[in-house]
Amino acid sequence: MRNAFAAELLELVKEDCRLVILSADIGNRMFDQHKDYAPDRFYNCGVAEANMISLASGLALSGMIPVAYTITPFITVRCLEQIKIDICYHNVPVILIGTGSGLSYAELGPTHHSLDDLALLRALPNMTVLAPGDPVEAKLALRAAVELNKPVYIRIGKKGEPVVHHSLPEFKIGQGIVLTPGRDVCLISTGNLLPEAVEAAEKLGKRKISAQVTSFHTIKPLDQELLKDIFSKFKLIVTIEEHGLIGGLGGAVAEWAADHGVKDRSIVRCGIPDRFLHKVGSQENYRKEFGLTATAISERIIKELAK
Amino acid sequence: MEMKEKNELIALSRKIRGKVIELSFRSGVAHLGSALSCIDILIALYWRAIRIDPKKPIGQGRDRFILSKGHAVTALYAVLAERGILSEELLNTLGIEESELTEHPGPKCAPGIEAGSGSLGHGLSLGIGMALAGRIQKHDYNVFVLMSDGEMNEGSVWEAALFAPANRIDNLIAFVDFNRWQATGRSEEIMALEPLAKKWESFCWNTYEIDGHSYAELLAVLEKVKIRNGKPSIIIARTIKGKGVSFMEDNNNWHYKIPSQTDVDQAKKELGLM
Repeated sequence: MRNAFAAELLELVKEDCRLVILSADIGNRMFDQHKDYAPDRFYNCGVAEANMISLASGLALSGMIPVAYTITPFITVRCLEQIKIDICYHNVPVILIGTGSGLSYAELGPTHHSLDDLALLRALPNMTVLAPGDPVEAKLALRAAVELNKPVYIRIGKKGEPVVHHSLPEFKIGQGIVLTPGRDVCLISTGNLLPEAVEAAEKLGKRKISAQVTSFHTIKPLDQELLKDIFSKFKLIVTIEEHGLIGGLGGAVAEWAADHGVKDRSIVRCGIPDRFLHKVGSQENYRKEFGLTATAISERIIKELAK
Repeated sequence: MEMKEKNELIALSRKIRGKVIELSFRSGVAHLGSALSCIDILIALYWRAIRIDPKKPIGQGRDRFILSKGHAVTALYAVLAERGILSEELLNTLGIEESELTEHPGPKCAPGIEAGSGSLGHGLSLGIGMALAGRIQKHDYNVFVLMSDGEMNEGSVWEAALFAPANRIDNLIAFVDFNRWQATGRSEEIMALEPLAKKWESFCWNTYEIDGHSYAELLAVLEKVKIRNGKPSIIIARTIKGKGVSFMEDNNNWHYKIPSQTDVDQAKKELGLM
């Protein structure tokens, strides 16, 4: 996802002279071509995220479109008040890119885990929150964010995630993408677990369970029309995210269901429990522990459907 | 500077101080001491330094001003009104329900307000962003930022302090309204601020220390900072909280206290307005 993002950003820097890249001393070599192309539109802001966010707002208030980049916890929680006041309150087009989201940097420990970013940024007025599911969505999300011309947070993974979309899907902020239609259960996935969701649906298919897979690359604003459709068609709705269970996609969908008087429907939320992950663990192993693999998700659905 | 010019600016400062005190009384808006300490800085800026067309306060090449110490905004509102940028009518809505003039300035809450503030430690970085945009877009405007000494407590100020010289941002001029008080005590006792000028100097800023109530010194320093030498500039302005009114001067109760009618009358007498 990271390389797809970097490649698309280079295209955008060439197309639009308002774009400025800000990095908090992250992305070594990744921005070499960007720097070569437009040295006056790239700034390494150092390990000083609060300043980076506020100065991004200053740039945006003066007609530029800054894209600020660093590891997810450091571009969200570390400088949350600057995001709230300087970006959201001022309602200016700053694009925040969190890299290595969720448990992408699992081995680096809780300082580098981001299991609360969706919850926190979703709570800020004027903020749009995107979590693309594969490298294709990452590119499309960045381009759409520039066009939106408002505050946007994009949560991307690391490098090497599999491509899910083998053709270019129609990508609109606030509109989910139905990858495969189904009848028995609807899987709503956000961010880097999309490949697991797709594989879970395949496993269910082999057991004669028809599963719809939907990529909710936009957490805010939620796709209301698609949710209405999903909740009218399916009895079981499963949310899938590499994020804490408080306030992320599952939380947002549950809020939506509560506000819309949804009855006779089950929502199963797959995510990370409310605790720090103290021990050494890989992303793969943590996904296993928390039931976020295709196997675990499909088995959980089979059990739910049998209830 | 000539005596006539000096007298004119002093007369203006007395008028605006009177207005600010009256506004605080009428609206119940606090932070009077903090507003009174920066009025001479604001007058020097708005009448002698900031290039802005009062009829077109959002013109492209205009100089920018950010009141980072947003709690002193009554002073800025009054200055903008006197300068003809903000209408007297709007100014008089201060403190009234649904007025656009919030107690800390909101983004674009009034003509002449470049950025919202109220949470300390944001303005210098916002100013850096605006200054950088000016350089990228090849405009020659300057960005002025006014901070408080209490604000120097915020870590983000020092992030900005490190960034600006490294990036040779020399169209940025910061002021510290050093009135030696913050909300609940002497600023140099709460945090080790001093020697403040040496700190900024060692951070590679063009650093000046002046009497923030002397128009001769204010105008002289504003002339000096016009020179662009690859460094940002900072002016440590020594001021008196509550300046201009004997019973408010250097008395930190006026951080939150609202004046009574008697206080207003007494203050106006002292300012030669009654």
